[in-house]
Amino acid sequence: MAGILVYALHYEGQINKNSLGAVSEGARLASELGTECHAIVVGEKAGLPDDLVGSLGAYGASKVFRVDGPEGLAQPVVDAMAKVISDNGHEYALFGGGLLGFEIGAGLTARLDAGVCMEVTAVRVEEGKLVAERPILQDSQIADVHYRSGVGVIIGRLNAFEATQNGAGDAAVEDVDVEFAAHSLKASMVQRGEQRGANVNIEDADVLIAGGRGLGKAEGFEALEALAGAFGGAVAATRAVVDAGWYSYSAQIGQTGKTVSPKLYLAAGISGAIQHKVGMQGSENIVAINKDSNAPIFEFSDLGIIGDLNKIVPKLTEAVKAKKGG
Amino acid sequence: MKICVLVKEVPDAAVEKRINPSTGRMDRSGEKNLNPFDTHAIEAAMQLKEGGNMEVDEVVAVTMGPESAVRALHKAVSLGADRSVHLTDEALAGSDVNGTGYALAQALAKESPDLVLLGQQSDDGECYTIGAVVADHLQMPSLTQVIKIDVEDGALRCERQAEYGYDTVQVQLPAVISVGDAINEPRYPSLKAIMGAKKKPLETLATGDVGIEGDRVGFENARAHCNDFKAPPAKSAGQIIEDEDTGETVEKIIAWLDERKLIA
Repeated sequence: MAGILVYALHYEGQINKNSLGAVSEGARLASELGTECHAIVVGEKAGLPDDLVGSLGAYGASKVFRVDGPEGLAQPVVDAMAKVISDNGHEYALFGGGLLGFEIGAGLTARLDAGVCMEVTAVRVEEGKLVAERPILQDSQIADVHYRSGVGVIIGRLNAFEATQNGAGDAAVEDVDVEFAAHSLKASMVQRGEQRGANVNIEDADVLIAGGRGLGKAEGFEALEALAGAFGGAVAATRAVVDAGWYSYSAQIGQTGKTVSPKLYLAAGISGAIQHKVGMQGSENIVAINKDSNAPIFEFSDLGIIGDLNKIVPKLTEAVKAKKGG
Repeated sequence: MKICVLVKEVPDAAVEKRINPSTGRMDRSGEKNLNPFDTHAIEAAMQLKEGGNMEVDEVVAVTMGPESAVRALHKAVSLGADRSVHLTDEALAGSDVNGTGYALAQALAKESPDLVLLGQQSDDGECYTIGAVVADHLQMPSLTQVIKIDVEDGALRCERQAEYGYDTVQVQLPAVISVGDAINEPRYPSLKAIMGAKKKPLETLATGDVGIEGDRVGFENARAHCNDFKAPPAKSAGQIIEDEDTGETVEKIIAWLDERKLIA
């Protein structure tokens, strides 16, 4: 049968939110195509009980394939999906936003000689086929992508697909034995999900002051903390500065971090790469301070200030304090 | 041990990139440069070579692209690669991710590398996927967006940020690793290295030299076909302030925030 197979990532007893969105999207598309949406989970069996796996039915999966295998690595999932697709004849493989989906989708592309489109923001049905929309060139254009292969691989952008519980009850669970390729077992997880830096809560803050590489050094965050303090808000960070060890991972916005939508998002020294944008574009008001007038962030900010943040931020902090005090 | 580094020539960051409406492909005319992410991959190769924890005999830069892509190879060699391989053929033009990954894997297979390094993304295509495509063809373990590599017991201990925090993964060689820009600070090439780059061995390969099947590459054989480009929904342009007098700038910001009741 034709159909859509969605990869569902899980960690510590929960299915990833972007995966749930992909299952919902897969179910919507499958019903329009007159076919079924299935999901696949790969991991240690103890972490994939029937109730967790079956709960994907609520998001629209009619069946879930459960594969006992290593967690957190892409290549065993490529083997598992290739087998399930070849046994069941799925026409599309769908992934929610995130890092593993890129890796698995890419591996599957090679394995199945498939067409692939990544960073997909919307999918529609046209003449019985799926057409993916992908923003390109810093989101200045949107391309339609048509598949001309037996299997089409669709990798969603972070938060592109909304998780909706439109399904009917629990999904059937089918255990599948997969013989993993030799190379798929040559990478092994030593430690997964290490949290670096202090645990901070940024998701509930009405005001977020976010810092990027433009701060120049870790100490640059002190001025942002003062500004956040004046607003009664919290401080967030880009991946570049978190990877550099300047700030906590728990405060990171974007692709492999948090998604936020505060009333005010003030970005200081952030260029505005797509991987950052996808985590904060839902903010009600976006203010950007950057010395580079060509920074992409000015394309999607409501107020842009071209200037030196080291001069502006301390004065702004004083002014906010004065305003609040007055 | 041999390390191959995949590099790509991309439009310079300052060039405004656009789609040629008649071909549906990116207009890659104008100033070009080595993909900035690839300089981190070359640096990672050089640090492994110089680090002494593994015996690296040579670092080979590999690219696929038109004639002009030779300049990206020269740059890679000036940054430390010992020689380079240029896969170039009219038949490859317009290949999609599937075709590009397959063709590169064919060229790499000829080199039998112990390690393939590449940047996590190209500055123009932003696909993040070539490493994993190549790895599947070469049947090597793979990890992308790696920000730290240590040699341990003849294998690589890699760190990267994934969905739930930082992961540490042990990867056996041969392997394909794509690196993020946080992994290192690339060196600047010396004037001598720049001058000498053109003298280093450069091998030019066509599809037939590495057994690339013609029906798997090129624009016409793309498994994913891009067309119908449109502009995204218009977002009303934001207000821009150029900071000349900071006191005045701050007053304007405060007024803007106050109008929206953002200073409670």
